[in-house]
Amino acid sequence: MSKLQDNQIGKVFQTSNHKAFIAFLTAGDPTPDCTVKYILEMERAGADLIEIGIPFSDPTAEGVVIQDANIRALQGGMTTDGAFDIVRQVRERSQIALAFMTYANPVFHYGCERFFARCEELCVGAIIVPDLPYEEKQEMEGAARAHNVALVSMIAPTSRERIQMIAREASGFIYVVSSMGVTGVRSEISTDLESMVESIRQVTDVPCAIGFGISTPKQARHMAQVSDGAIVGSAIVKIIAQDGEQAGPAIYEYVKSMKEAVSQA
Amino acid sequence: MSKGRYGIHGGQYVPETLMNELLHLEERYEHYKKDPEFQRELQTLLNEYAGRPSLLYYAEKMTKDLGGARIYLKREDLNHTGSHKINNVLGQALLAKKMGKTRIIAETGAGQHGVATATAAALLGMECEIYMGEEDTVRQALNVYRMELLGAKVHPVTSGTRTLKDAVNACMREWTNRVEDTLYVLGSVMGPHPFPMIVRDFQSVISREARQQILEKEGQLPAAVVACVGGGSNSMGMFYNFIEDKDVELIGCEAAGKGVDTALTAATIATGSLGIFHGMKSYFCQDEYGQIAPVYSISAGLDYPGIGPEHAHLHDIGRARYVPVTDDEAVDAFAYMARTEGIICAVESAHAVAHVRKIAKNYSPDQSIIICLSGRGDKDVAAIARYRGVDLHE
Repeated sequence: MSKLQDNQIGKVFQTSNHKAFIAFLTAGDPTPDCTVKYILEMERAGADLIEIGIPFSDPTAEGVVIQDANIRALQGGMTTDGAFDIVRQVRERSQIALAFMTYANPVFHYGCERFFARCEELCVGAIIVPDLPYEEKQEMEGAARAHNVALVSMIAPTSRERIQMIAREASGFIYVVSSMGVTGVRSEISTDLESMVESIRQVTDVPCAIGFGISTPKQARHMAQVSDGAIVGSAIVKIIAQDGEQAGPAIYEYVKSMKEAVSQA
Repeated sequence: MSKGRYGIHGGQYVPETLMNELLHLEERYEHYKKDPEFQRELQTLLNEYAGRPSLLYYAEKMTKDLGGARIYLKREDLNHTGSHKINNVLGQALLAKKMGKTRIIAETGAGQHGVATATAAALLGMECEIYMGEEDTVRQALNVYRMELLGAKVHPVTSGTRTLKDAVNACMREWTNRVEDTLYVLGSVMGPHPFPMIVRDFQSVISREARQQILEKEGQLPAAVVACVGGGSNSMGMFYNFIEDKDVELIGCEAAGKGVDTALTAATIATGSLGIFHGMKSYFCQDEYGQIAPVYSISAGLDYPGIGPEHAHLHDIGRARYVPVTDDEAVDAFAYMARTEGIICAVESAHAVAHVRKIAKNYSPDQSIIICLSGRGDKDVAAIARYRGVDLHE
C-alpha cells in the first residue's frame, strides 16, 4: 500500500483540493509518433494522468469511437511492444503519470510477470483492465503489485452491495463508471454518483475518478465536484479521428478547457 | 479461483457492470433447476413444442457403405426450428420469463440460434433482438427474414470481422447497456460463468436420450460419439452423459476451413492457444500479442475463434479428442449424407459426418458410433451450390 502511494498515481491526487483530469488516447492512433506528441501536448495543457490504451481486436467495453481507434491502431501495426516503445519515448522527455488501459488477453498473452516488469521499468503506475472484475483480479494482482503497478478497480452503477467489497481492496485510484453500457459521449449522466462515492468513502481513502460519457467542461466540473477527478476518452479520440496527424492544437485546446473546468470544482 | 472453472478454464472475465447480473442469474438458475414445476414446464415445451425426444436413427446404408461400425444419427435436425439450439433456448427463455425479464437478446452465426431465440420469444411473448455479423446476414439471408417473421429485430453487426465473434461482442455491449429487463440468451457453452454450465445442462438432454436409446437398440454403449464443435454446444450436449463412460470415445470435429496449415481456419484446438476472451479462459485462435484472429469456415455456425471452457478441459485431460475437418471434406459429406441417407444436414453437422466417414472402418460391426446430426441443411443449400460452382439464380 505505502509503496503504491509513493508512485506517481498517488501524487496525482495527493495535493489537497486538487482535482485530477485524466485523459485517454489509444496507442498508435493514428501513428506511434503522434501518440508520443499528443501525450506531451496533453501534459502541457494540464492533464494530470494519461491513460494509454493498448489496442485490442475485440474491445467489448468500448463504444464505436474507441473501437474504431483500436482498429486504426492495429491496422497501423501497433502491438504491446509498440505501446511500450511509445512510453519509452515519452519518458525521454516527461515524467507525467501514466496508466495503461487494455483488455485481459493482451496482458495475459504477453505474460503478466513480463508485462508488469516492463511497466515498472518505464514507470507506468497503473493499469485498467475492464474485463477483469473483482472475482478475477488474482489473475494479475500478484505480478502487478510486485512491480509497483496499481491494478485499478472499477465500480459501476450496477455494483450496489459490491461497492464496498471492491473499494476495500482498491489501490491507485478507483474508476467509477458513470453510466450503463460502453464508453462514449453522452448528453446526460443520470446515475446517482454522489451516493456511490459516499459509499466508497466509508471504507477507503483511495481517490475516485469518474469516467464514461464525459465530454463537456460542465460535465467534467460536476464529476470533479462529486469525486477526485474526471476521466475523458472518447471525446479526445474523436478529435484524433477527425484531425489525424494534425490533431495537436485541437487536443491542446480541449484538454486545457477541461482541466480548467475540473480545477474550478 | 473464481467460480465456474473447468480445470484452469472458464471464469467470469466481464466488466463490473455485468457482475451482479451474472451472480443473480446463477442464483436464479440454481433455484429453478431444483424446482419441479420449472422442470415440468420445460419438459412439456421440449416434448409438445420442440418435438423431443429426437430420433436415434440407424443409418443402414451408410453403415454398409463405410464397412465398419454401425452408424447411428441423433436427429437434432428434426427438432422444431431445425437444430439442437431450441433445447437451450427454451430453457433460457423460460428462465428469463421466471426472472421477470421482458426482453431477450442473442448472437447468431448461421442463424439457427437466432431463429430458435426468436421462436421462443414469440411463444413466450417476449421482446427479442438478434445480433448477427453483417457477412452472415448475407450468407444466411433467409434466416434473417425468418427471424423478422417471428417478430424479432435483427441488427447486422458491422464491426470487426462481421461474423459470429463480433455478434457476441455486440450482444455483450448491448447487455451492459440494458441489463435490468434483459437476458442475454447465449447460444453456446461459452462466455462467462454461469453460461457454459447453463447451456450444457439444457443441451445434455441430447446425450441423456441418446444413451438410453442406444442401450435399447444395441444393448451396449457406443464405441464413439462424434459431433461438430464451434463454441461447442451440440457436442457438449452429445458428450455430457457419456463422460463417465470411460470406454466411449468422445470426438469433436472442428472447422479447419481451407486447412489447419492456412490462415483460413477456425480450428481452435489444432491452431489456438490459451487466452482470455468473451468472459472465459480457454483456447483461442490469436496472434503473438493476443489479438483474436479473424477465423474462417464455410460454416457460419463454426466460424468462431474460441471453444467452450469445458471442452478445453476435456481436451487437457485427454477425455475428448478434437480433430480438424476441412470445408472440402464437409461439403463432400453434406452431399454424401443427402445421397446415401436422403438427409440434407447442416454443413456444421457435415463436419462430424466427414470424420466418421474416415474412421468407421477402424471399428468392428459389433460396435456402434453415434453422430450428432445437430441441424438440418436447408439454410446451407444455396451456399453449397455456390461452393460447388452452381449458380441458382435465387
